[in-house]
Amino acid sequence: MSAFNAIGEEREIDRDEFTPGIEPQPTWCPGCGDFGVLKALKQALPEVGRTPEETLLVTGIGCSGKLNSYLDSYGFHTIHGRSLPVARAAKLANPGLEVIAAGGDGDGYGIGGNHFMHTARENHDMTYIVFNNEIFGLTKGQTSPTSPKGHKSKTQPSGSAKDPIRPLSLSLTSGASYIARTAAVNPNQAKGILKEAMEHDGFAHVDFLTQCPTWNKDAKQYVPYIDVQESDDYDFDVHDRGEAQDMMYETENVLKEGTVLTGRFYVDEDRPSYQQEKQAIGEMPEEPLAERYFDDDYEWERSYDLLDRHR
Amino acid sequence: MADNELIWRIAGGSGDGIDSTSQNFAKALMRSGLNVFTHRHYPSRIRGGHTYVEIRASDEVVDSRGDGYNFLLALGDSFARNPKENAYYGNEEIKPLSENLDDLREGGIIIYDSGLLDASEIPDFEERAEENDWHVFGIDLRSMAREHGREVMRNTAGVGVTAALLEMDLDEIENLMENAMPEKILEPNLTILHDAYDMINEEYEFEHDLRIPTGEHDEDQVLISGSNGVAYGALDEGCRFIAGYPMTPWTDVFTIMSQHLPKFGGISEQVEDEIAAAALALGASHAGVKAMSGSSGGGFALMSEPLGLAEMSETPIVLVEAMRAGPSTGLPTKPEQGDLEHILYTSQGDSCRVVFAPGTPQEAYEQTRTAFQMAYDYQIPAIVVIDQKLSGENQNVPASAFDREPNPSLGPTLTEAELEDAPHDPSGKFKRFSHDDPEDDGVRPRSLPGQKGGRFLVTGNEHNESGHIEEDPDNRITQMDLRMKKLESIREHLDSDPESSNQTYFGPDEAEYGIVTWGSSQGAVREAVERLNDQGHSVKAIGVSDLMPFAEKEVTEFLESVDEALVVEMNATAQFRGLTQRELGQFGEKLTSLLKYDGNPFEPAEIVEGFEIQIAGGTDAPSANTRLEPAVSD
Repeated sequence: MSAFNAIGEEREIDRDEFTPGIEPQPTWCPGCGDFGVLKALKQALPEVGRTPEETLLVTGIGCSGKLNSYLDSYGFHTIHGRSLPVARAAKLANPGLEVIAAGGDGDGYGIGGNHFMHTARENHDMTYIVFNNEIFGLTKGQTSPTSPKGHKSKTQPSGSAKDPIRPLSLSLTSGASYIARTAAVNPNQAKGILKEAMEHDGFAHVDFLTQCPTWNKDAKQYVPYIDVQESDDYDFDVHDRGEAQDMMYETENVLKEGTVLTGRFYVDEDRPSYQQEKQAIGEMPEEPLAERYFDDDYEWERSYDLLDRHR
Repeated sequence: MADNELIWRIAGGSGDGIDSTSQNFAKALMRSGLNVFTHRHYPSRIRGGHTYVEIRASDEVVDSRGDGYNFLLALGDSFARNPKENAYYGNEEIKPLSENLDDLREGGIIIYDSGLLDASEIPDFEERAEENDWHVFGIDLRSMAREHGREVMRNTAGVGVTAALLEMDLDEIENLMENAMPEKILEPNLTILHDAYDMINEEYEFEHDLRIPTGEHDEDQVLISGSNGVAYGALDEGCRFIAGYPMTPWTDVFTIMSQHLPKFGGISEQVEDEIAAAALALGASHAGVKAMSGSSGGGFALMSEPLGLAEMSETPIVLVEAMRAGPSTGLPTKPEQGDLEHILYTSQGDSCRVVFAPGTPQEAYEQTRTAFQMAYDYQIPAIVVIDQKLSGENQNVPASAFDREPNPSLGPTLTEAELEDAPHDPSGKFKRFSHDDPEDDGVRPRSLPGQKGGRFLVTGNEHNESGHIEEDPDNRITQMDLRMKKLESIREHLDSDPESSNQTYFGPDEAEYGIVTWGSSQGAVREAVERLNDQGHSVKAIGVSDLMPFAEKEVTEFLESVDEALVVEMNATAQFRGLTQRELGQFGEKLTSLLKYDGNPFEPAEIVEGFEIQIAGGTDAPSANTRLEPAVSD
């Protein structure tokens, strides 16, 4: 008898179930790439066989954080940069949940960079979507960690002196076991990648290019992108760490010149997820912890049994 | 001061095995029927430096370190030796023998390791010993230990010498060593214990009066630290998830939980920083597991963010704040009660949290349990405040105090069956933050992710009934008022049963003067009150634990019943006195503060002295490292 009957429910799922209904209407600007993430998620979730009630969407702050207002599921809209630690723990507490974390590039690669690095290192079984528009949108167009060098904004009036962060390379080095880049302007690829990311056992990181027509009018997401899996110019093995590393490095370099490469960059299906590792050393129960609180027959251990060492 | 007490101080360098030796010796004393209290003093380093542990043992109740000490075992510092004759680190030239003399009582005993320490190097040592009637035994413990093959066994030799001089029998000490030591090192340790014991009995005449007191417990006792109390309270409340990051002195609680949780079928996570730690606790709690985190002052500063999110999202969590002296890195291994305002008010917006400050290891257990109940019953973050003193000091507690039923209740959490009748909005979302307040206490029951029919959104933004971001002023007022109402409900709940009050009272029911304190300074205050009343004063005291919601009723009644009061706390800015005046809006002219912030906890004698100065008009300067802060009107 489960206390969480939405988990593992087998039925036909209609993508409209993920639309919240009458309210709220999205407040994203017309032409915003965030609509692309929303649409791709609504398409991918039913294909993975996940219902709104077994999905926990954990978001950060910014335009991306509004995602769980517009995608109907269980949702936790957290604080700036902190979606990953909240999401990680929810997954450990109830591994049956489909846990998705989402945030912007400032949220994920800036303020949340430390959590990004360690969540990837630990290889938690979850999907992380970073809305990468190379800008801080909701605070009105400041330079972000992914903004190109020389980017001018009100907080960088002479143009940024910094090289942008390398999100794919950082992800690989940190230990993510599925790394892809997709774009809002490529809905089919986006849906496919999100589906794979959710099905992947381990930390799946999707750098999702979302154009910002309001603050980043010259953003590269408008230019035609190249799908590295579809193109004959790029021949590399996504399972080979070394080749993936070189491909990512090149992808991050050519982005500066305006060439947008997307697709799967690294897939490691052999690496156990954190949950498996933790169970292997006996530090995580086989049964979901969250179920225990609804089990009237469960024998709760007591501290009284620990007192011998204090006598 | 108990009439017949031993306060044994074992001093040396970090790494000399002082902790383990003293832990065993304290247990042996407890087993022999005595009440025991330990106090740890250590530097922020792994090797060398000056460290000591005091064990106070008496047939009477002891819940402070006492005043001074009467038995010194100076092991010297085997790790601070440097081949370069003149090299020293910090205050290394101060030998454990000299640093420890100021507080040694008249007629006290000194054993020092003559293999490492040369008493003739200590200025005026001979004169002082004579003047104070100290009984000095210079014994080459180092050579003794070397003979048996391991120099670190100097500590065991020291215990043997101690036992002989106090005319203690060795049975309990041997039993404990057998339990604690692996076979390989047990044998030489037992041999050296006996050799040292026999040598003293054979070669020395005793002229000192100090002997081991005799006592008897009327029930089974356990030796428990404040950190044990917190951890065991959490386990018994069904806490099965902890996330943390190492920081002294919080690490003690974290370590104990990490050792036991896997065996209890729970999860312990050491994570990248304290922001993550508290955020993980939030995530686990949101998914339906009783969860906690914690840190010390610096790490707790990082937790401001998730703490505020817990308040706004009404997610239950329990945080521990184990205070140490600040600001910034401060004195990492020394106690202080300087984080009070930090704990009460950190994070943006109006504070909506529960804060308890237990005063003893047993209270740490009880109030941690209560903190979990408040957190989960009222969907609010609860903070248990301890400090370096309470976390590391050990005290004997009746085992029966822990003989209580587990409480795995998650509070007002709906089952799927209950969700069917719960309020939903037209889109099918569960109104988790409904404007209706079913129990009229501010709490709206929650659902958990993965439940059928319980879908809702939770956010750190202001939100409407189903959790969507909402900036409407009327909704804002309703949601704010409901959240703040929980504090009133909790206060009512806590006041409803005076028997289970978290506040502790000492002294007679009626008294002219009062002493007010909070948290871990309680033990020294209790003892000071006893002493003052024995000396003919009329004094009673209250140890306050409920800091938010503040124990308004109890503190008001207490302060109304006395002419004036001394507020005792370990910080420089009288934070608790400020809180009292702010919460009560009166009594300012009655409250004189006695403050201490030198990194050491109060001794009862310092409180006695402060009290006497205060009632004599408050013009003299205290001789101790304390400061009197005169009353200011409200």
